[in-house]
Amino acid sequence: MSNSVRATIAFSIMAALFATVGFGQSWSVALAIFNLCLISSIMALGVNIQWGYAGLFNVGTMGFAALGGMAAMLVSKSPVPEAWTAGGSNLFFAALVAVAVLISIVMIVRRMGKGPLRAIALTPIIIVGYFAFRYFFDQASNDIEAFNPAVSGYLGGLGLPILFSWIVGGLFAAGAAWLVGRIALGLRSDYLAIATLGISEIIIAIMKNEDWLTRGVKNVAGLPRPVPYEVNLQETEWFISMIESLRSGTLSSLSGDERTSMLRTLVMESSGIFVKLCYAGLFATVLIIILTLSVKALNSPWGRMMRAIRDNEIAAGAMGKNVTKRHLQVFVLGSAVVGIAGAMLTTLDGQLTPGTYNPLRYTFLIWVMVIVGGSGNNLGSVLGGFIIWFVWIEAEPVGVWLIDAATNWMDESSPLRLHLMESAQHMRLFTMGLVLLLVMRFNPGGILPEVIKRERK
Amino acid sequence: MTDTLNALVLFSNFVLVPGIAYGSQLALGALGVTMIYSILRFANFAHSDMMAFGTMVTVLVTWWLQSIGVSFGPLPTALLALPFAIAAAVVMSLLIDKSVYQFYRKKRSSPAIFVIASIGVMFLLNGIVRFIIGPNDQRFADGERFIIKARAFKKMTGLDEGLAIKTSQCITVVVAILIVVALFWFLQKTRTGKAMRAYSDNEDLALLSGINPERVVMVTWIITAALATIAGTLYGLDKSFKPFTYFQLLLPFFASAIVGGIGNPVGAIVGGFVIAFSEVMITYAYKKFFMYLLPESMAPDGMIQLLSTDYKFAVSFIILVIVLLVKPTGLMKGKVV
Repeated sequence: MSNSVRATIAFSIMAALFATVGFGQSWSVALAIFNLCLISSIMALGVNIQWGYAGLFNVGTMGFAALGGMAAMLVSKSPVPEAWTAGGSNLFFAALVAVAVLISIVMIVRRMGKGPLRAIALTPIIIVGYFAFRYFFDQASNDIEAFNPAVSGYLGGLGLPILFSWIVGGLFAAGAAWLVGRIALGLRSDYLAIATLGISEIIIAIMKNEDWLTRGVKNVAGLPRPVPYEVNLQETEWFISMIESLRSGTLSSLSGDERTSMLRTLVMESSGIFVKLCYAGLFATVLIIILTLSVKALNSPWGRMMRAIRDNEIAAGAMGKNVTKRHLQVFVLGSAVVGIAGAMLTTLDGQLTPGTYNPLRYTFLIWVMVIVGGSGNNLGSVLGGFIIWFVWIEAEPVGVWLIDAATNWMDESSPLRLHLMESAQHMRLFTMGLVLLLVMRFNPGGILPEVIKRERK
Repeated sequence: MTDTLNALVLFSNFVLVPGIAYGSQLALGALGVTMIYSILRFANFAHSDMMAFGTMVTVLVTWWLQSIGVSFGPLPTALLALPFAIAAAVVMSLLIDKSVYQFYRKKRSSPAIFVIASIGVMFLLNGIVRFIIGPNDQRFADGERFIIKARAFKKMTGLDEGLAIKTSQCITVVVAILIVVALFWFLQKTRTGKAMRAYSDNEDLALLSGINPERVVMVTWIITAALATIAGTLYGLDKSFKPFTYFQLLLPFFASAIVGGIGNPVGAIVGGFVIAFSEVMITYAYKKFFMYLLPESMAPDGMIQLLSTDYKFAVSFIILVIVLLVKPTGLMKGKVV
């Protein structure tokens, strides 16, 4: 079966599944899942760029997604001028000290040869620098966090439109990836995996604990939206008249007060769906742009070079390709895509919650998407994102239903039955593991395997 | 003089004793990671979940033993439950190896494929553990809680600072020493142990000399499952059992194994203690310690804490990253491909 047939079948099944959820549960639920599917697909595309194109084993997705989320907050929230006046100058001095120390370290490392002398020169600089930095920084963070800690206690953001943050999120992630890549890309594949996993945990630890920047586990709620609010929509003239004309069938049989109250309910219901549709439109636009660019890149000479490096680094190096530079490039690109998705996710949530970033959900699940969808195939990653996110969400109600059916013969209050019902939600983890292992074993290319076009001779 | 003693006791109570206990737990876990790495040649992401699985069995058997009235005197009942848990973990490990890893071994897949497979196993085990025992905190330590209580110590010595040693900390160290001695004796003296070292050194040569690779792999899984269960039970006795916390121990294990030199058992132990002590020492506030040692006029203003306690976990990753960059072979020479 060719890939295009497979893709058509798979995406039709996905559409049918969404329709089932729409009719069975509700359209609001279906759209909520659909929006997260779109974001997951973009994250999967980012991982696919790294793993599928170039064979880079990055399991730090969570960190880059979190940086994107932080960007969403920093761009959209309005600044807190009091916090800036309280801690701004000390923060500036702290940054100055940090930069000075870093520059002197780099200078010493460049100028002096390896040896004990260099270590002796470096140690006092690092120690003095650290305490000088902490002197200013601690004052700054204390002053900032002291200002109105219940609602503020942080520097705030720039107060720009949140859509702008999707680009900034990509840039943040790209910057971090450049740093990480510069230091970690020389490592063997599974070392790189461990290093990136560690770095992503460090990023999360910083976001959780640096309250002056992100409010830490106190969360930043109420990020402005790029789409209208339900409450405002319900008051808007054109929206009400649109619903009136769309649902004229339901409304025509009613009249008077009944009609008004029915219209009211319909408008309330539809406003939620309309908002989700707006998000879906925005996300789908981004997905299509990134997917098109990815496909174009993969089929270009650049993409062929990437695959050549992936399949045989030594041969590609012998052909004059700069393997290290290309690795760094693809690592930065993939991470930027993940960062964009991370910013979109925080935009959708409307709040930044550093405490909820969990590697199972933000790193390993994305990997399952890429492997199941088909690594090296962009459309495959999108498909993987859809399927896996759908299963991840729907495994819970289906699991509860299955266990309910299987334990029906037991007593209502039997402790075993209660325990099983309560634990059913954890079946999603088990299901994910099983799906991943089965696909790897019996269909290692994934649902849509990589296509390699060859010139006919 | 008393001030110096007080400072020393304070340091022992908050840094030395917890550090030694935590270091022993990390060392046992890192030994498992390092053995899988040297024999099967991949970084096993499912190791900490195997640890959670084994500990879960310990907890369940402990509850069962407690319910039928069995106890181990002043020692925790969990020690009696440990053999059952080890058996369960070994069976689970072998099942997973036969159904998952064996296939890729025959195909001689790249390490990355093994790692991805281990991520699948990680999800499976994570799901099983949460399904059976739930995601919440479980305490299962019983018996005598302290060997020396802080107050008794103060009374005994007349110092201002107390020293408390928990039974679990003492058991951890004793068990860890016994296990490590037994493991090294096994690796150095027995035929199977020698076969394992040969296989780890040079696979092809080992095969040529008639070593059965499947047997070596099987023994490795048995040992690592036992190590993981023991490490997990000791950690749980010392703190408490929570699936997500156990999952998070994966990185400190990797950090210990890599810092010590991956593939090198001695390195894993050294690495475990390096990571444990760095975590405890970097996040400890030294204010009181210096107040005892320095004259009053020089008493410090701040907490003298290098990093806040919230960064406890991050410390091990930072050390890991630094070691990977500066000396990827680790402190003791491990093997890096």
